[in-house]
Amino acid sequence: MSFWQFLQANWSELLLLVRQHIVLVFVSILIAVIIGVPTGIILTRYRVLRSPVLGVANVMQTIPSLALFGFLIPLPFIGGIGTRTALVALVLYSLLPIIRNTVTGILNVDPNVREAAVAMGMTSGQVLRQVELPLAMGVIVTGIRVATVIAVGVTTIAAAVGAGGLGVYIFRGLRQYDNNLLLAGALSAALLALAADFLLGVVERQFSFETKPKSALVRKLALAVAVVLVIGSVVFWLGRSTPSSKSRIAVGSKDFTESALLAEIVAQMLEERGVSVERRFELGGNLPHEALVAGTLDLYPEYTGTSFTAILQHAPITDPRAVYDQVKQEYADRFKVAVSQPLGFENTFAILVRGEEARRLNLKTISNAATEAPRWRAGFGQDFMSRADGYPGFSKTYGLKFAEVREMDLSLTYIALSSRQVDLIAGNSTEGRIPTLDLFQLADDRRYFPPYEAVYLVRQDSLTRVPALQEVLGKLANAISTDEMRRLNYEIDGQKRDPKEVVKEWLKGKGF
Amino acid sequence: MESPLVQFHNVTYSLPNTTIISDLNLTVERGETLVLLGESGCGKTTTLKLINRLLTPSSGQVQVERKSTTAWDPIELRRRIGYVIQEGGLFPHFTIARNVGLVPALLGWDTARANERVREMLNLVGLDPDRFAERYPRELSGGQRQRVGVARALAADPPLLLLDEPFGALDPLTRASLQREFAELAVRLGKTAVLVTHDVREAMILGQRIGLMHKGQLLLLESPERFRASDHPQARAYLETLNVNGGAS
Repeated sequence: MSFWQFLQANWSELLLLVRQHIVLVFVSILIAVIIGVPTGIILTRYRVLRSPVLGVANVMQTIPSLALFGFLIPLPFIGGIGTRTALVALVLYSLLPIIRNTVTGILNVDPNVREAAVAMGMTSGQVLRQVELPLAMGVIVTGIRVATVIAVGVTTIAAAVGAGGLGVYIFRGLRQYDNNLLLAGALSAALLALAADFLLGVVERQFSFETKPKSALVRKLALAVAVVLVIGSVVFWLGRSTPSSKSRIAVGSKDFTESALLAEIVAQMLEERGVSVERRFELGGNLPHEALVAGTLDLYPEYTGTSFTAILQHAPITDPRAVYDQVKQEYADRFKVAVSQPLGFENTFAILVRGEEARRLNLKTISNAATEAPRWRAGFGQDFMSRADGYPGFSKTYGLKFAEVREMDLSLTYIALSSRQVDLIAGNSTEGRIPTLDLFQLADDRRYFPPYEAVYLVRQDSLTRVPALQEVLGKLANAISTDEMRRLNYEIDGQKRDPKEVVKEWLKGKGF
Repeated sequence: MESPLVQFHNVTYSLPNTTIISDLNLTVERGETLVLLGESGCGKTTTLKLINRLLTPSSGQVQVERKSTTAWDPIELRRRIGYVIQEGGLFPHFTIARNVGLVPALLGWDTARANERVREMLNLVGLDPDRFAERYPRELSGGQRQRVGVARALAADPPLLLLDEPFGALDPLTRASLQREFAELAVRLGKTAVLVTHDVREAMILGQRIGLMHKGQLLLLESPERFRASDHPQARAYLETLNVNGGAS
């Protein structure tokens, strides 16, 4: 698909993301101005406060944005996931340039002019409003301009906490290696930054009193554009639909296709039963877990092995039953979170060879392949090479010695295998391209890999609040086989189809 | 007989490490133009700022209309005193009309009266209101800006004018004509004025009395004629520069 075709097909969604992006930036800058300018004024009056306050604002700006989002999620009122958290973080980032420029602007007002104002008999409030602020306005607007351009950039990260914006395309594009998504997201964000910079630059020039005045026409035009932008943003903001939170379920997902797909399945089934659903998909890192425990999410799909090692911090073990039971027990005790019945498939490492090779050599298990290994080249992702349940233990367990081991990008290994660049890879067991590239998964006959059974994690209080949840999760127990999951992933990643459509179709076929 | 407008009684003004003015006694009579003459740092500008309470004495008392400046409400006091500084100290973001009409606006005059006053003041200082009222200070020459500064100081008809090196930044020709005009204006309006300068020629033209200041002290206070005849060494030093300048020009 060419970029132009992509734009035509996704025009309305792109506009929606641009809108979200603008609203996030606009509202956060507005709040930052309301806080920052008065703070700056106070700092010009109380010299002792100046360096501590500017110091704190400075530190704020050095915190990496993902870390700041992670820190905010468990906090009440200002935290959680979604727009509010993103706004808090954006405001914190925007404060420094605005406060600093307010202070600089006011302190740089010509002392002769200030003295004249006092000597004319102005009160200190009149000096501030009629002389200092108007004369400092150019410098203050410069600060707002800098803050806005930074905010347009940082807002792309807001997609990680489910606040939307152009970051949604950027993250999705990175994940799916889809240059169209990446380009659409990044290009739009860049254009937004340039537009904001230009418009505020025009506003800024209105306040330079030392230069010759410009024609009134340019001034009016710039003001009109700025006003339209402001009003437009506010209208968009007010026009957002805000469903009531009565019997509402917030469904989350991690930031990859399969997780979002499993979340969409539950979401559509709940909506079918009249439950209103808030989708908080594509959350990065451990955010879904933290949000679930904090109560801003009701449910998200997870893998037992991930819960066992990454959340509960146990060393990997290989018995699926034991892992499931222990995860269920500890989640109930520690987090008041229930674990659903397994969905019927695992997403673990799959040791893959070409199907034609497997048939020719009659290979079924990894042990079968050990004799072939010295002739083979292997290709592994960086993740597999480094993690506790990865390559070192794997080669030792099966006594494998390859002719060559190449470390490469995981998503490229599938192509490398089918095009005979390598002869064995460690992929994901539910990868959609396994059937389409005719790859064969060798059975883990020595049970080296820990189990990664797909389950839903759901808050206990949500189960009692919304009885339909229980029924939906019951229906999904053992409902998805590994082959089915591969096919669904392929529909989305391979055929670039809309996940909602794919899920709808699948639910229909299943009779749910 | 009317009481003096401004009186300094044993006024000292000092900063933590230096004394700027020591034990100053001075009376400004109604209707006169008193010039304070001295080099930079002699304390003449500080003396001026003590009158409109931009500064307050460390000891002693400055009285305006027989009332100590510290007993005045500073805002009310300043609105009764016109203030002109170098380059006019105009507000760059105000039009000329708004600059001139500033104190009337602060005093809450109604718009029609204030506008009328602005036109009157611009005419008084020789600027055509129709041409200049809506311009900004950056569009005017230095001499025009200085005229606006004087117009602004006069707008609310204050009994007292303070002028701090008002003509210092102007070219010699413009300076000479503005000095002449100001001298006429002060006499015509009967204003009391205290003017600070380091230019002895200006002092001789404008002052009815000249106070010579040096290192925070008032050395002598005389009419121009008696100042010219003084044999005080500091006064002689100034008068000699006048002769050199006079010979050169």
